[in-house]
Amino acid sequence: MNLPAILFSLIGWASMFIFVFGLVYRIYVYAKTPAPLRIPVNTPPTIPGVFASMAIEVTLFRKVFKTNKYLWLIAWAFHAALLLVLLRHIRFFVYPVPDWVMFFYYSGIYAGYVMLAALLLLFARRLYAERNAYISLPIDYYMLFILIAIAVSGLWMNYQERIYLVDVKAFILGLFSFRINAPDMEPLLVLHLLLVFALFAYFPFSKLLHAPGVFFSPTMFQRNDIEKRRHANPWDYEVPSEPYYTSENFEEKRTDQHPEGIIYPAGWKIKAEYDKYKKGD
Amino acid sequence: MHYPFDIPILEDDAGIKHVCYPAKKRDMSGISLPVERVPNWQEEAIKIFDELLGHYKELRVFMDTCVRCGNCASACQFFLGTGDPKNMPVARAELLRKVYRKYFTAAGKLWSNADEAVELTEEVLDEWKTYFYQCSECRRCSVFCPYGIDTGQITMAAREIMARIGVATKYVTEVVHKVYQTGNNLGIWPMAWVDSSEFLEDELKEEYGKDIRLPVDEKGADVLLVMPSADNFANVNTMMGYAVMFYAAGISWTTSTYADEGGNFGMFLNYWNQKRVNQRIVTAAKELGVKSIIWGECGHAWRAGFPFTNTFNKDMDMFDPPYPKHICELTYDLMKKGTFKIDKTANDDVKITIHDPCNVARGSNATLRTGMFEWPREMIKMTANNFVEMHKDCIREKTYCCGAGGGMLADEIHELRMLGGKPRAEACRATGANYLATPCAICKANLPEVMKYHKVPAEVGGIHDLLLKAIIL
Repeated sequence: MNLPAILFSLIGWASMFIFVFGLVYRIYVYAKTPAPLRIPVNTPPTIPGVFASMAIEVTLFRKVFKTNKYLWLIAWAFHAALLLVLLRHIRFFVYPVPDWVMFFYYSGIYAGYVMLAALLLLFARRLYAERNAYISLPIDYYMLFILIAIAVSGLWMNYQERIYLVDVKAFILGLFSFRINAPDMEPLLVLHLLLVFALFAYFPFSKLLHAPGVFFSPTMFQRNDIEKRRHANPWDYEVPSEPYYTSENFEEKRTDQHPEGIIYPAGWKIKAEYDKYKKGD
Repeated sequence: MHYPFDIPILEDDAGIKHVCYPAKKRDMSGISLPVERVPNWQEEAIKIFDELLGHYKELRVFMDTCVRCGNCASACQFFLGTGDPKNMPVARAELLRKVYRKYFTAAGKLWSNADEAVELTEEVLDEWKTYFYQCSECRRCSVFCPYGIDTGQITMAAREIMARIGVATKYVTEVVHKVYQTGNNLGIWPMAWVDSSEFLEDELKEEYGKDIRLPVDEKGADVLLVMPSADNFANVNTMMGYAVMFYAAGISWTTSTYADEGGNFGMFLNYWNQKRVNQRIVTAAKELGVKSIIWGECGHAWRAGFPFTNTFNKDMDMFDPPYPKHICELTYDLMKKGTFKIDKTANDDVKITIHDPCNVARGSNATLRTGMFEWPREMIKMTANNFVEMHKDCIREKTYCCGAGGGMLADEIHELRMLGGKPRAEACRATGANYLATPCAICKANLPEVMKYHKVPAEVGGIHDLLLKAIIL
């Protein structure tokens, strides 16, 4: 038991804590916020249809494919490779290790290279086209940079600086069972893990929220079945109307000013303003 | 995707000169908005922003999920037209998002770069005033966004924040105020509406020798027709087309001087006005005792009418169907049954192509290969022989805006409208069509100017215009 190990474990716990609770809170906020109006954009009219179109969208990135084949290739390769790399890492989290995890453990390493290449291309395309450079914020580059650093350090550990896996696994399993196991503090491993912790901690506050967010996008998840169902607005309020008139009785009924007893939306103090204006007119 | 264009070279502030006139006090007070900027407007704006974030799932989600992949960048016709980088949908949304980050995210509060999170200052508000009124809320970007981010919704939120602190444009507020005064966007007084209807009846009498009526405020009619008011004054062929269609089908119908407008400019200001404009129509329908509400040929009117009317008005069950029905659906169904005698050769002098209005194509029942994509097309095919489609990247769900939607049909931004209409003009030129049919009053107002500006020899008209020409009574 040494101080760096304690510190390191604490950082790990803190980042996992922020990640889990931050993400749960975000998803809770997304889920509870009402969608007052129906705004689907050409989605199917049935629930299975929406599920299917959403599934195609999140697994195959159909919209990007239809628009920009280069971007699609890079982005899809990155996400698919990331998935394989994450599957490979299950190896470090479970004991005993099932066979299918070992399969991904051996194949995942190639995905690591694909992921690195895709990340570099994603970085390059932000600089390459003028309009991509215009819309890119510093944080977009940092994010790519962190991911690249994670990929490089991970791959480097696999090929150059072989580290003692049993220690790493002991440390990670310790993290999950809230025990502090001192790992073999290889600098590269420390770097790799610190970057991962940083990414996890930043996840609920960043654009990485696109992963859960896409499922809450009303233009994509709402069904296009306006004919079949009334959509209610939970925070709807009453709004005053002018008295009804026809072309015959228009002159008697017309109101060029506010009908009295008008209901002002919350936080609105214009009645006084309006009275002042009416006086001055 | 951006056919028929190359992506323009970025030119900073190229669009900054296209600014709408500020709203007049008279109009602002008439539509229950602050007559001038509220004193502590920054605080108020953030308070309203907070309220909207709690009220709109789309806003809440769209503020967080953008990864700035740039897939939407060249989707916007105003970017293609002006080359101003702030007109890229992602950059436009960033204008709101950077303020969101400053006030509503931990990262923005604690640590932020200059361009990532900024305070709401006078300069930022100036940008909002300019660029959120250079977005026609056509939602083309949402078709290309992998997360379905609809910059139109972001624009609506920004406009609501601005409107409620007393910042709005003259054109939009004037129009909404006119609706409360006269019932329609053009400010036509009820008497004038009756006169104009009678005038059209005379025209039809001369043309067909039959008493084809355009009834106004008739109790007990079966159908309340809610068309854009421009149909009765500017696009009279469309209006006569409706009348002839109803006459030939033997349907009793009426217009209402209380609600002679399908368009809803409240949609471009705030929820309150949107609902108030919308509920006039249902009030009129109930007072007149009609069985169904039929919507005329209009783009954003259909968006505000079809998906939203049920939400704004609780008791729609008395109508059949319990939602507004589009006139193209009605006419198409009747045509399919063979109700009308049609002489297709009457339209042989024109080569027709169709422009899907943005808010019809992406805001309603137009899914895949049904609804508002097919009805107008089938109608054209049944009334005319020469029909061509424009390039596949600029029709149906990928259609361009005419350049004047979203409350942008103001004279002071004429040049912007012409630039925004450029993609449509070029796509039309490529087909060689000389008649651009479109079921939308705003398109019918803007596209003729656009065609003239870009020297495309095409006439612009409605779908029912073609029926009017081809029908045999």
